[in-house]
Amino acid sequence: MAIENISLSGRKTAVTNKDMSFWERIYLVQIVKGMMITIRHFFKKKITIQYPEQTRTYSPVYRGLHVLMRDEEGRERCTACGLCALACPAEAITMKAAERTKDELHLYREEKYAAVYEINMLRCIFCGLCEDACPKEAIFLTKSQKHVNVGTNRESFIYGKDKLVISVEDGKNKRYN
Amino acid sequence: MEISFIIEKLVLVLIIFALTMFFALYSTLAERKIAGFIQDRYGPNRAGIFGILQPICDGAKLFSKEEFIPNTPNKLLFIIGPGIAMTVSLLGSAVIPWAEKFVIAGVEYVPQVGEINIALLYVVAVMSTSIYGIVIGAWASNNKFSLLGGIRAGAQMVSYEVAMGLSLIALVMMTGTLSLREITEQQAGFGWNIFFQPLTFMIFLVCSFAECNRTPFDLAECESELVNGHHTEFSSMKMGFYMFSEYVSMFFSSALISVLFFGGYNYPGMEWVADNWGVNIANIFALLSILAKTSFFIFFYMWVRWTIPRFRYDQLMNLGWKILFPLALVNILLVGLGVLLFK
Amino acid sequence: MITIIFYILAAITLASGLLTVLSKNPVHSAIYMIVCFFSIAGHFLMLNAQFLSVIHIIVYTGAIMILLLFTLMLMNLNEQHEPVKKVASRIAATVSACLMVVLLLGAFLKATPTIEAYKAAEIDFQSVKVIGDVILNEYLVPFEFTSVLLIAAMIGAVLVSKRENKA
Repeated sequence: MAIENISLSGRKTAVTNKDMSFWERIYLVQIVKGMMITIRHFFKKKITIQYPEQTRTYSPVYRGLHVLMRDEEGRERCTACGLCALACPAEAITMKAAERTKDELHLYREEKYAAVYEINMLRCIFCGLCEDACPKEAIFLTKSQKHVNVGTNRESFIYGKDKLVISVEDGKNKRYN
Repeated sequence: MEISFIIEKLVLVLIIFALTMFFALYSTLAERKIAGFIQDRYGPNRAGIFGILQPICDGAKLFSKEEFIPNTPNKLLFIIGPGIAMTVSLLGSAVIPWAEKFVIAGVEYVPQVGEINIALLYVVAVMSTSIYGIVIGAWASNNKFSLLGGIRAGAQMVSYEVAMGLSLIALVMMTGTLSLREITEQQAGFGWNIFFQPLTFMIFLVCSFAECNRTPFDLAECESELVNGHHTEFSSMKMGFYMFSEYVSMFFSSALISVLFFGGYNYPGMEWVADNWGVNIANIFALLSILAKTSFFIFFYMWVRWTIPRFRYDQLMNLGWKILFPLALVNILLVGLGVLLFK
Repeated sequence: MITIIFYILAAITLASGLLTVLSKNPVHSAIYMIVCFFSIAGHFLMLNAQFLSVIHIIVYTGAIMILLLFTLMLMNLNEQHEPVKKVASRIAATVSACLMVVLLLGAFLKATPTIEAYKAAEIDFQSVKVIGDVILNEYLVPFEFTSVLLIAAMIGAVLVSKRENKA
């Protein structure tokens, strides 16, 4: 089959420049047909989602705002290995590692933890490569199902640990699992 | 000419002005609503329930917008352009008969501003002058796009006026009168003119689309070619006036179509209501009936607008001169034959 | 009250007529002329000639002036482009205009008004029916000649505007 005969939609028609017949030239029939189509749509069910009251449900793999996970005992999973920062194509992630002390055992799961963990949301492209790269299952984009909020200055888009890490209760209740 | 007569007419003028404005105001909302519904959306529905306050918000917005006047030597013409457009479109409804005579405490009140025996000619005169607002405003804008839009509007209106006048002649040949009230009275009951002259109706309808500058004939403000045509340079309430005058003339021509072809204020069973429930009740129904017909035609205008794409300019001229004009002439011949045979 | 309206209208007519001649910008002249036509229609109305006034508006303001305005707008004339006319042609124009006025005055002074006959017979002389009667009975031949003239002009216009076939 020649390529020009293939029609994926099954509705392909060839363009012709033949002269219009009398009935086509006075437009009336076609206009009435068209108006029947529009009036049918007039009474159709509307597909609008009334946004603030109704929201569209996100797909389960929707990549929204990042979360840094805690385990079931409420300890941060991140070990500040830097693989996420390395994987990030937009170089949006920075972190500073620190060593866990004795009295911080209940806070961090690993011996090394991220003292500072910042994601610049203006740089982030929400590709999810950090999530793939993470060996500790600490960072997720698919779990929050939230957008990044709007802001009025650039500094407000640098999200630190205060905004990224989930709360202890959420970790214990396994809300994000 | 006594004072009470003048006061009565002035009050009537005010009422009809308010009615026209109300219809024009809500036409803007209806246009957007109908556009939405036809495109499977809801249209504006945030301001008030069903968006009922939307026109007021739009008005407030237009009033508070910056007033921009281009650097032109014709500032006066630039300012009066929208005014002329608005005034002329308001003039037409003076001769529309809205109902029969109301009788209140033995005094007859006629809900029609001017009962003149050349009403139909008056209507044509008003329509033929309605173009000045556009042309003068467009020329004074000192902008090529505006000028082209104005010239297009002018040429279009002059061409379609010919076919419209001829179709009206065919109608007048049957009715034998130019007075809109008499034409309405002849259609009492269900003897509407549309049943006798469908071809005349078609020609008149197409021409009135062109006269109102509505899609598919809105070449004056053809966005894809002329930015926004004759109101490119207008902002704030001047722009609002142009937009509004379009809706006002749409209201007027819908009312005219219902008077000429759909029996005006007549509705089946009018005499029965008048006999049993009183003249005034029958009249109120009559008023509602003409308003319902008018509203239907306003809806029809919008329905067509969201169905048919804009014509090309040469197609427009071809349709006007090569199809509608000969058709109107043939129509006159047919109607003449009909009048000779059946009257 | 009618006299006051008449004086106002007459003033508007004269002023706009003068401004039509005097204003430098051709488009302004055309607009003054439109105003002038409207006020003349007003004069017709005051003479109770409704039909005439409406037809005046339809034909002159609604059609002819629009076409005139078109050409003016498209030609983009302004003060600089106005050609300076020779003194001789100016004098000729003035003289011919004066002669025209004299002719019109003479014709009007000699004319015998027929309106009294209608008034005496109590016919509504301005109604469309009476005008139609008069035109199609009394003045049928001139009326038909006018239409022939108009048709000839129309055919001529079509012929002029038609592209010639290169044979």
